[in-house]
Amino acid sequence: MENIIKGKAYVLGDNIDTDQIIPAEHLVYSTSDPEELKKYGHFALSSVPIEKAGLPEGRKTFIVGDNHQSEYSIIIGGSNFGCGSSREHAPLALQVAGTKIIVAESYARIFYRNSVDGGFLIPFEGNEKLNDKIKTGDELEVDLASNSLKNISSGKTYQLRPLGSVYDIVKSGGIFNYARENNMI
Amino acid sequence: MGMTITEKILARAARRSGVAPGESVWLDVDVLMTHDVCGPPTIAIWKKEFGEQAKVWDKKKLVIFPDHYIFTKNVHANRNVDILRQFASEYNLPNYYDVGTERYKGVCHLALAEEGYNVPGTVLFGTDSHTCTSGAFGMFSTGVGNTDAAFILGTGKIWEKIPESIKFTFNGKMPEYLTAKDLILQILGDITTDGATYRAMEFDGEAISGMNMLERMTLTNMAIEGGGMNGIIAVDDVTREYLKEIGVTDYQEFTSDPDAIYHSKYTYDVTKLEPTVAKPHSPDNRDKVKNVEGTKITKCYVGSCTGGKLTDFQFAAKILLGQKVKVTTHIVPASTQVAKQLEEETYKGISLKDIFVNAGCVIAESSCAACLGGPSDTIGRSVDGDVVVSTTNRNFPGRMGSKSSQVYLASPLTVAASAITGELTDPRKFL
Repeated sequence: MENIIKGKAYVLGDNIDTDQIIPAEHLVYSTSDPEELKKYGHFALSSVPIEKAGLPEGRKTFIVGDNHQSEYSIIIGGSNFGCGSSREHAPLALQVAGTKIIVAESYARIFYRNSVDGGFLIPFEGNEKLNDKIKTGDELEVDLASNSLKNISSGKTYQLRPLGSVYDIVKSGGIFNYARENNMI
Repeated sequence: MGMTITEKILARAARRSGVAPGESVWLDVDVLMTHDVCGPPTIAIWKKEFGEQAKVWDKKKLVIFPDHYIFTKNVHANRNVDILRQFASEYNLPNYYDVGTERYKGVCHLALAEEGYNVPGTVLFGTDSHTCTSGAFGMFSTGVGNTDAAFILGTGKIWEKIPESIKFTFNGKMPEYLTAKDLILQILGDITTDGATYRAMEFDGEAISGMNMLERMTLTNMAIEGGGMNGIIAVDDVTREYLKEIGVTDYQEFTSDPDAIYHSKYTYDVTKLEPTVAKPHSPDNRDKVKNVEGTKITKCYVGSCTGGKLTDFQFAAKILLGQKVKVTTHIVPASTQVAKQLEEETYKGISLKDIFVNAGCVIAESSCAACLGGPSDTIGRSVDGDVVVSTTNRNFPGRMGSKSSQVYLASPLTVAASAITGELTDPRKFL
């Protein structure tokens, strides 16, 4: 696990549900075929209403054109990120699109578990609401050793909540690696 | 110190004498359920992680219901069902309910109940957020992702954090204009879509005791819409009777101790509640039907694990008897058993099916269908500009198809009344 992760911010509102992250009609593609997998990246966040896509201005689509990767690799969300359907295709789609970290106010349980146990991305919780302080396109730097987020564009630094009991699973890269390292399987 | 029903059931599954909220424990899973959307990726992860030695931990405890994308020409969706079929045949799985055979059941959460997999006191995990439905049977049930399901598939185990519990008590006798759907929409308006995140939602009270199992399942089904980890109702005579009829006799009953500790408690008098809707685009955007009456609609939908059970159609038929619908109205029985019941069950001497056909409704085959949009040829899928009133569970942007459609969630009584007038209508007008 790298200690410093840098990337551009993509800012979203509250209650981003998994239907917005990856609409149900796209859940038909293979998750193991490398070519089909790209479809998940391509359709990531495609059901977010356009005026709420890339805050504060909106109208900034996460994926441009035929791409399956986004120029943004750190998502800043609000409360209850990933609510709704249990589809693990949601953190998978974000991972394929290049998302490394999400910093949200809070998460829905299943999305949070899926992100951690599947080793797709790191779901941090902020100590404060950040989706009204950071703008889409801001250059960010997350330091995993000190649990801090630096907004290079604005010069401000924010403290993140420690990952707590899931840290070991995140560090291992998912539940299977964790279980193997601990001789559980 | 006393324990809640959820804590007791999880303590049993963790082989512990007691557990407390916040603790992480490893659980022995009694049943793992999956379907055509999340089954194939679960199997792929299981094969990749366990390699050539991959073994299903207990074939009897694995249940697979293809139900999401069934009646479609989409080749990728059909390939997913083929993957399930091949997996079931390769590993000789006894509990696979194949499409196109007499074993096909339809929507997994109702099928789990009908086929006797909901056993009080046990823990059931499924690759679907509405797995919390099974909690109506005094058991712990919740949704997980594919990686967690693959882990269970190989080991029979899963880690969980013990949730705090919230208690919802419904006093009074249910008036004829209300259904369980109105009650859960009422709760969601109060607690919002994350008010129960990582918490158990426990339901009790006179109104719950008076409900049949199908209506109780509507309540536990939508626990996830409040962020709930599980919804749960303790076993009583109604549960025992249902289980006896389908031959489930060996189970353990748990109840919350009088001194159990709750995160919070909510008490309602059902006689004071009114028909309720969730307006676009969130299940917690609650209002009284009477406040939005007159809103023009383009489509009505009665179906899904939430609102496609026999009782939902009995409610709808009561209003639609002798009437004509003004907008396209889809009737989608959740399970093949319900589809059969529509032909057998009558209201005032007429079969429910005939009531719907005579009213001009479109009856579809059993599956999840347009509740979650689905492939472009899914029956009932919303299109641009649609205003749908539906008995389903979610109205997030794009959930039922087009992201420029609007969905109102309501009881089957409200949906039926609105179908007749072509606008949102309080069902009391027709009762």
